[in-house]
Amino acid sequence: MLYREVGEFKTSYKSDQQTFPITSDRLVVLSLIFIAFFIIPFFITEYMASAIVLPFLIFGIAALGLNILTGYCGQVSLGSGGFMAVGAYACYKIMTSFPDLNIFFCVILSGLVTGIVGLAFGLPSLRIKGFYLAVSTLAAQFFLVWAFTKFPWFFNYSASGQITANERLMFDIPVSGANVAAPIAYLICLIFFVSLALIARNLTRGSLGRKWMAIRDMDIAAEIIGVNPLTAKLSAFCISSIYIGISGALLFCLYFGAVEAGDAFGIDKSFLILFMIIIGGLGSIFGSIAGAAFLVAMPVILKNIMVDFLAWPVDLAAHFEFLIIGALIVFILIVEPHGFAMLWRIIKEKLRLWPFPH
Amino acid sequence: MPAEFYYGVEVFLNGLMAGVMYSLVALGFVLIFKASGIFNYAQGVMALFAAMTLVGLQNGQIPFAHLINAALGTEVHHFGWTLPAFVAIIMTLGVMLIFALLVEKFVLKHLVNQEPIILFMATIGLAYFMEGFGDLMWNSDVKKLDVGIPKGGNIWVEESTAFLGGEDFYGFYLDSLDISAALIAAVLVGALVAFSQYTKTGRALRAVADDHQAALSVGISLRTIWVIVWTIAGFVALIAGIMWGSKSGVQFSLSLIALKALPVLILGGFTSIPGAIIGGFIIGVGEKMFEFLIGVPFLGGATENWFAYVLAMVFLVFRPQGLFGEKIIERV
Repeated sequence: MLYREVGEFKTSYKSDQQTFPITSDRLVVLSLIFIAFFIIPFFITEYMASAIVLPFLIFGIAALGLNILTGYCGQVSLGSGGFMAVGAYACYKIMTSFPDLNIFFCVILSGLVTGIVGLAFGLPSLRIKGFYLAVSTLAAQFFLVWAFTKFPWFFNYSASGQITANERLMFDIPVSGANVAAPIAYLICLIFFVSLALIARNLTRGSLGRKWMAIRDMDIAAEIIGVNPLTAKLSAFCISSIYIGISGALLFCLYFGAVEAGDAFGIDKSFLILFMIIIGGLGSIFGSIAGAAFLVAMPVILKNIMVDFLAWPVDLAAHFEFLIIGALIVFILIVEPHGFAMLWRIIKEKLRLWPFPH
Repeated sequence: MPAEFYYGVEVFLNGLMAGVMYSLVALGFVLIFKASGIFNYAQGVMALFAAMTLVGLQNGQIPFAHLINAALGTEVHHFGWTLPAFVAIIMTLGVMLIFALLVEKFVLKHLVNQEPIILFMATIGLAYFMEGFGDLMWNSDVKKLDVGIPKGGNIWVEESTAFLGGEDFYGFYLDSLDISAALIAAVLVGALVAFSQYTKTGRALRAVADDHQAALSVGISLRTIWVIVWTIAGFVALIAGIMWGSKSGVQFSLSLIALKALPVLILGGFTSIPGAIIGGFIIGVGEKMFEFLIGVPFLGGATENWFAYVLAMVFLVFRPQGLFGEKIIERV
């Protein structure tokens, strides 16, 4: 009763094919976007932004990107950390080469650069499948991070080997570097997050998304019915890398301010993003967001409980965190291999019937 | 002969030895993959966990001491005894057996018939769990592992090869530990092959590897086989853990050797034990020679981080099933 499509009569193709065809969906999404843009910025604190909200938005973008590649197109990738590094270093090079360029263009351009790199590392996927592909994406991860620490051109020959986001102004307000105010950083990330999520939603329900899903379900059969695996796989790699590159660039210029490739973009980041989409649900936009929210918030909550409430040492809490994340992943895979997205679908199904049992 | 040539040969030999170490980890992967079709990412962490348990038992550490201290406010650390290496190894094997039973009972049993990729993810989850559990049980300090394997340069090899070169050549430098690892790996492979060829359990293992359903229908218990295979993999992990632990200390980075074993497996094929060994040799020699010939002179070194993966990737493009893997046939 609370959530239903009954009584909605579409009288034009336009209203039938809109992004959220069900009124209650549309209302929820619009009100969430409204709250996120016009209410939260006034209440957000420095701690909230740096501990939960910014990492959630940034890794949410990366999870969306990886879900396009792994969830929708079925190509498992363990190279996300490397592609985030490409985004960050591209952003740094663009920022230092064009000091007057708007931060939005810097980030988008670095996403495009990452897309090209992703395209190159996606080429083996045309011959290699499954596990074998997962291992060969490790080549991207380790090679890229190595290249960024070895060739000084990438970090402008700075002595520390770090890249540092220089401060730039928009309407006389700092929008990059270490001194960005929490609401500003939040709003910039939010603009990227919301627009990329909407783009992803529309891409995946369009013809491109259908091609990806056909390739995921069975690539040979997809080829027989006329899906070109070359364009389908490479477009998935390219678009996924653009997303991950943008998230890397945002992570660098709005969150960390200064990074070193080996520390910030190691293999652990690749696994973190992979876990987000597994726990959230492969092949679901909502799932990527839910998974990112869960894996960003859970360590903070656990840390709060164990360190602040029980007064345990920090390293003990860190061990517990590993243990709980591992156990949760196994648990979720056993109970619901399709992740939070499936739970959400079940809840919606129940809401359609509520309060009647049948 | 110029000195560089002899140095190159030495690099080659050391590459072979490093390859043996990779093969030790890859072996565990192959065993589990053959028997259950699971790509066990946790193999590296199993090696770490086994080595930690071994050190902990040897030194008489109290399990979960850190947790007990934090929860109860006590100050306990050690039982105050040290066990001989042999006893500790047997006890560690017992722990690995219990671990195999638990994994079967709580994880594998519930994931039968899932897609391979889901199983792979589950083993990644398992790896995280074990890492946290191991650290919680035996704390995360870097520990020294010593079970009496000789270490350092092997003098015998050095002296007996000194005659090859000129005045300034003192013979090849090989680590005794690596030589023992090579010998142990040879014995291990021999034992594994003998076990799977000449015992009843081994025959059951091969039957399961061939066809799960056919094996079930002739009365082989899959669950028992899984426990056996995971125990054997735990044993192999223990040996790998002892070798790597004696070489570089028991620490977190030990679990990362699983990542290095992946390209080895790709080269050798997931289902072939000889493939794992030869793949290890190719990767070990390849990355050492590449570093020596191209990495250090032209690229600024540290190419060992990625060379193995790039080699595996290039190789896969030409032969997607690995060196010894069965040809992949797909049907619609």
